[in-house]
Amino acid sequence: MRPFDYTRAENVSDACAAAFAPEAQFIAGGTNLVDLMKLEVMAPGELVDINRLGLDRIEESDGGLRVGATVTNSDLAADARIRQDYPVLSRALLAGASGQLRNKATTGGNLLQRTRCPYFYDTDSACNKRSPGAGCAAIGGETRNHAILGTSEHCIALHPSDMAVAMRALDARIEVQPQDGPAKAYEMDRFYCLPGDTPHIETVLEPGDLITSVWLPAPKGTRQVYRKVRDRASYAFALVSVAAVIEMEEGRISHASVAFGGLAPMPWRDVEVDALLAGAEPSADLFDEAADILLQGAQPQEGTEFKLPLARRALRAVLEEATL
Amino acid sequence: MSLDMKVDGKSKNRADDLAQGILGTPMDRPEGLLKVTGEALYAAEDLPGNCTFGMLVSAPAQGDVTLSNEAEIRDMPGVLAVIHDPRMVRNAAQGTMDEAPVQGVDHAAYAGQAVALVVAESFEAARHAAQSVKLGLSGEEGPIDPQAVETEESEGNRFVRGDLDKAMASAAHTVDAVYTTPSMTSAPMEPHAAVAWWDGDKVTVRASLQMLKYNRNELADCLGIDSENVRLLSPYVGGGFGSKLGISPEAVAAAIAARELGRPVRVVLHRRQMFEVVTRRSETRQHIRLAADGDGRLTGLGHEVLVSNLPDEPFSEPVTQGTHFAYPAENRLIRKEVARIHRPAAGSVRAPGEAVGVTTFEAAMDELACAAGMDPVELRLRNIPEKDPEQGIPFSSHMLEPTLREGAERFGWFDRDPELRARREGEWWIGTGMAAAFRVNILSEAQARVRLTAGGAVVETDQTDIGTGTYAILTQIAGELLGLPADKVETRLGDTDLPPGSGSGGSWGAASTGSAVWLAAMELRQRIADAMGCDEAELTLKDGQATCGNVTQPLEEILGGESLVGHGHVKPGDALEEVMQSTYGAHFAEVAVNDVTGETRVRRMLGCFAAGRILNEKTARSQCHGGMIWGIGMALTEGVTHDRRTGRMVNRDLAEYHVPVNADVPPLEVHFVEERDPWAGPMQAKGIGELGICGAGAAVLNAIHHACGVRIRDLPATPDKVLAGLLQ
Repeated sequence: MRPFDYTRAENVSDACAAAFAPEAQFIAGGTNLVDLMKLEVMAPGELVDINRLGLDRIEESDGGLRVGATVTNSDLAADARIRQDYPVLSRALLAGASGQLRNKATTGGNLLQRTRCPYFYDTDSACNKRSPGAGCAAIGGETRNHAILGTSEHCIALHPSDMAVAMRALDARIEVQPQDGPAKAYEMDRFYCLPGDTPHIETVLEPGDLITSVWLPAPKGTRQVYRKVRDRASYAFALVSVAAVIEMEEGRISHASVAFGGLAPMPWRDVEVDALLAGAEPSADLFDEAADILLQGAQPQEGTEFKLPLARRALRAVLEEATL
Repeated sequence: MSLDMKVDGKSKNRADDLAQGILGTPMDRPEGLLKVTGEALYAAEDLPGNCTFGMLVSAPAQGDVTLSNEAEIRDMPGVLAVIHDPRMVRNAAQGTMDEAPVQGVDHAAYAGQAVALVVAESFEAARHAAQSVKLGLSGEEGPIDPQAVETEESEGNRFVRGDLDKAMASAAHTVDAVYTTPSMTSAPMEPHAAVAWWDGDKVTVRASLQMLKYNRNELADCLGIDSENVRLLSPYVGGGFGSKLGISPEAVAAAIAARELGRPVRVVLHRRQMFEVVTRRSETRQHIRLAADGDGRLTGLGHEVLVSNLPDEPFSEPVTQGTHFAYPAENRLIRKEVARIHRPAAGSVRAPGEAVGVTTFEAAMDELACAAGMDPVELRLRNIPEKDPEQGIPFSSHMLEPTLREGAERFGWFDRDPELRARREGEWWIGTGMAAAFRVNILSEAQARVRLTAGGAVVETDQTDIGTGTYAILTQIAGELLGLPADKVETRLGDTDLPPGSGSGGSWGAASTGSAVWLAAMELRQRIADAMGCDEAELTLKDGQATCGNVTQPLEEILGGESLVGHGHVKPGDALEEVMQSTYGAHFAEVAVNDVTGETRVRRMLGCFAAGRILNEKTARSQCHGGMIWGIGMALTEGVTHDRRTGRMVNRDLAEYHVPVNADVPPLEVHFVEERDPWAGPMQAKGIGELGICGAGAAVLNAIHHACGVRIRDLPATPDKVLAGLLQ
């Protein structure tokens, strides 16, 4: 770990100003960042602690819920309104990490957690995310927890979050305070960036930008399912996960938003899948067609080919469960 | 004075006649409170004043090593030294090696080898400096794929009799299958750690080690000094599982650095180094052939295996160790090939040999049961050998049948529908599987001292307690023989200034060092009997009172203010040649396999075990629980992935190397079938630390097959592999 300075910010504007400095980095729960600092995968010169900014509240707002950036994963999963109206989010949160980690990990931090690609974690390996232009050791190496959608020839890393997958299905908006200027809000598909030839750029955040909250609109479906497939029963990242928010009307799907984990560099959603499902009558053929659409552009590696049948079957099972 | 015993024949059952009644009871660990309150200080926690901190530098690839920026590193804040010394070791020593492992760090023989040590005033400074070292690596790289190199045959493992091919050709039922298991790792909770300091020519190292008397000689040999000048302290060890059998790179480096700096040096392995610089369990490829007649009786068996290790390592995974004696078959072909490759060194990991060898063989036996249309328990019962199938000597005891029967009964085994894919609950296929367990029993030379005073007894030996319960059982043994409650017995361990015990490994610690304590205490009984003018056999000692005939006297009075010291020394003898000794058991598992995803969850597991006298019912049970959990890991989740280009371990941390977590472990049931094995030494107790893992994974794999019809021969049975089977 490289020596670093530490600042505890007292308010949002101070935090943004402090983080605008070169090599500065926000820290909230630190469950991912501290590990990465120990390994010198990340080596910020300054940490700006945002735990005392009062961003730890969940409030009803604009017909939905506004979740502060430092609300812990445990608190969010346990919140009665979340459990009642957004159960897919509560389940996704509880499917992630371990109890100890969830007690520390925060909403904003979870959105920004880094990939678990082992070559990213190994500073002896080539990684375009860590050192732009260095190459990608994962391609042609040992792949398992890697992406099959949205990848590029420069990076096949996966976004590891469970929480973000559920938020994507819930049409969450990420609210950001820039270092200068008014607050902004991003739909999740506008927030994350695909690797392309700049895998080191993972989000639209600029230096000094602080995620202050996530706004969840009123849920568009009451049938909510989160399913995570993993190597062990707990404390393992998703091989594939599916979050579905579905509404049924007279035997037909009136609303569908389906998001995926374990498949892509960002919590994945395919508008064509949602469009196919909306208005349709549930059937095995329909769900298979949805899987066809989802996976049509997939580019698996040798070690990730299993995700094709697995994603198909998980999607089918989730849709069956949600439309029963 | 000393009571010596070479175990040449049968011992009398004395323990059952003793009066104190604490041996065998589920007594709590005497050091338990210290451990759970943090009072028990482990190697890295007990620091001398003025201590410095070292961090090993790992080479990312093979090659001749140059330190490109050494001067720059020395100038970093807090840095005291960069050590790159020819006495440093390539990898940990093999168990009981008793001499230095391969030394020299000018060449990295495998990706991940530690090639230098950076020492600094703080741990953080040392770590940052170590991470900042730039290494130049050049020269040829050795092969890393065990399947792609010429192999050498390991002669000691070879046994050929009859004609297996012919037996296969004429058999009513056959199995011909190849099983593969990946590299695995011990992953003890406490990482390897050493704190070294010198006093003149003498070095003291507080370290996390399993076998001090060997480790002392290994370290002395590494340093080129007399063993007399090495003192090792390992009072508490947070798990070993074989990884701490031999002296390892951090202890050697700490001792070298402490001498150079004239200050104490602490070196703790990074969790990632725990995967690389201590020994792994070799990956294996196992070709198993079984031939049986119409009644399911084996007429032939073949077990041909491929394992790997670095050049110049004397150890190779003894995969077939259990196969030699498990089942009778006239035609036998057992052999082992070793591939010399440049992955991290392979060595003993809990139950070397049987852990992977019994697991695969018992899975193959399940295949035979299916081929023969026979119940798997019945198949085993029909194949219990009357004597050792290869050496022709009798078994000291053979407890497979009683453990099979009791285990099957308690599990409700015979209620199962033998049909595959017969039980479904929603998305889940439910199935049951079983496997036999067997593990050779080994007695090892050990010494111990017991001092008896008016205040009670003190047991002393350099034996370690690696979490297994040694403090408890040695306390119980001394207390039982001397008629003292546990709180009147103090056990001191893990210091080479004390008499050399057997060390912890090979499941032999309890029976071996326990026998030395037994003998030391027996010597004291004889002297007490002498003082009272009676035969030792007529002496009753209980709660500090000695009774001979009609006379009862307090021990305190007999001692008359003096102390008595007994010394026990046990050695293995002819018993090893006259009989075959093994422990036995049976595993039963119920699993659920998800039809959608291929995920497997174990729903319940039961093990029934026999290992001679059980010395402490609670710690023995814990050992069996641990072994069964290892079996779940081996079957479902554990495996090191080596990068195909460099051989480097890719998943070298506990987030990516998946040992079972609580949610993976269902309710476990453990039952003991009591036995007394007179050949096993004066206590008639055998080792139990490794029996629980032998075959445990096979019960899970066999249950997967019963549940959903998918036979996994390439371990572990991760969802992708099971799903591929379901889709066929």
